[in-house]
Amino acid sequence: MSARIVYIASNTFREAVRDRVLYNLIAFALLMSGAAILVGQISIGIERLVVINLGLTAVSLFGIVIAIFIGIGLVSKEIDKRTLYTVLSRPVRRWEFIVGKFFGLAGTLVVNAFLMALGVFAALLYVSHHFQATDGWVLVALYFIILQFLIITSLALLFSSFSSPLLSAVFAFALFVIGTFAEDLRGFAGLTKGIVRWLATGAAYLVPNFSALNVISSVAHEQPVAGQLILANTAYALVYASMALCGAVLIFERRNLK
Amino acid sequence: MKPSRRITLTASILLILCLAGSVLLLRQIDRERSGATLEEVLYISSPTLLKRMSLGYDGLLADIYWTRAVQYFGDKLTRGSEHFALLAPLLEITTTLDPHLLVAYEYGSNFLAPKIPGGADQPQRAIKLVEFGIRNNPNLWHLYYDLGFIYYMDLADYDNAEKAFADGAKVPNAHQIMRIMAARMAEHAGNIQTARLMWVSTYQTTRDPLVKSNAVAHLNALQVDEDVTVLEGLASHYREKTGHLPQSFADLEAANMLRGVPVDPVGHTYKLMPDGHVEVRVPDDLPFIEKGVPIGYIPPLKPKLPPVN
Repeated sequence: MSARIVYIASNTFREAVRDRVLYNLIAFALLMSGAAILVGQISIGIERLVVINLGLTAVSLFGIVIAIFIGIGLVSKEIDKRTLYTVLSRPVRRWEFIVGKFFGLAGTLVVNAFLMALGVFAALLYVSHHFQATDGWVLVALYFIILQFLIITSLALLFSSFSSPLLSAVFAFALFVIGTFAEDLRGFAGLTKGIVRWLATGAAYLVPNFSALNVISSVAHEQPVAGQLILANTAYALVYASMALCGAVLIFERRNLK
Repeated sequence: MKPSRRITLTASILLILCLAGSVLLLRQIDRERSGATLEEVLYISSPTLLKRMSLGYDGLLADIYWTRAVQYFGDKLTRGSEHFALLAPLLEITTTLDPHLLVAYEYGSNFLAPKIPGGADQPQRAIKLVEFGIRNNPNLWHLYYDLGFIYYMDLADYDNAEKAFADGAKVPNAHQIMRIMAARMAEHAGNIQTARLMWVSTYQTTRDPLVKSNAVAHLNALQVDEDVTVLEGLASHYREKTGHLPQSFADLEAANMLRGVPVDPVGHTYKLMPDGHVEVRVPDDLPFIEKGVPIGYIPPLKPKLPPVN
């Protein structure tokens, strides 16, 4: 990775921290401690399940909201503040700017998820009084959540490279929702015939598949995740995020910034 | 005082006053609309639709619905209600959202199946719930046990109980009690010893203190029912021998029919009534008893379960 990308990434990370993005950790900490203490008193037999389900769902949703709302402003904010011209007047290629922004936001989300994961495990220790071998699968679920972040960050950047922040947010969030139904979409496409089938299947494969990246419920029940799935999901997320990044670079390279 | 400081102070006081005012007003509104927040409404009754709407976070939603089912049942039980219209739908939504949430089958069937006041008196819905659990978790013998339990205890359907226990016995790593229960159902289903065996095995096969406590309470009740039958039989036998009923257990002792004053499973002595009937002294400590209940006794809305040790 070129040094310029690293500089842009680290600046993006610093900017996110300065924008108080990590303040969401306070809300998360309150949520986890509240859940850990309260659930045992208002429900039966699901203390551990709730800590895992609530903790991982919160990590996922907080991260996706951050990825969308920070991601959509990564390019437009630089244009509005005219700082982009300062950056591009130096020996920085446009693609390096996009890739650097991507890694900067991805890094922010990974740090955020790591700190949240510490909170999840602390709450788990509080309700179970000990860790068990199957808690390791929670780490796999967290890893899949980070893969989701990579995809959604790249999509937010893609939309941000040609659209307004508001529309980019709508597009990115819509794709997240559609992506959770990706497997159903392929099922529906299989029910159609002729050209409609081709079109529907194409659309179903074009949208990101978030459902395969969500194993929260199964790890909460201590069910193992197949190694093959970990590999396939990793490859899929990297390929899909790269594809969206390439799209963002292609559009941004041709964009008239005058 | 500087103007800026005065504004800060005024705004802070107003903020606190408005907050206190909104709380008081909300309490007033709650009083005006008493029960409105507890209306029996499921805004989305389709479990499948809810699963779709959860965007993949169905595990958390299942936990929320399970908690709602527990709260609903507990609230109804405490208020002595006889209508549990939302209980089965809430449990069906919970288990559709998370088909592996075993606690929802185990406790849920225990909420649904028993007769009022201990349950919702909906054994058929309980069976449906547990059968759904078995379809989704076919390797869990515990669910077959729960199914057999409902057929036996709540429906006295010994054939289906036998089938449930026999099916459960075929599950890999099934507890040996499943085979024993299946055999008991076939031979001595209506026998009190079978009921006792059922509760003993429930006690032994669960780690849940609440289920254990419930099993102990039922075992105590079975013991009382048996004791009262025997003691009333002795009183009747005494009358046949002497021509009059015994005035106290001391009379039975004097006639060498008893060795001391009998005590119930929680340690209180039984009462021998002038008409020859036997009653327990503290019926609140012995929920689920069918015999020995004092005349005019009204059981508490929530059965008092014994501590487990």
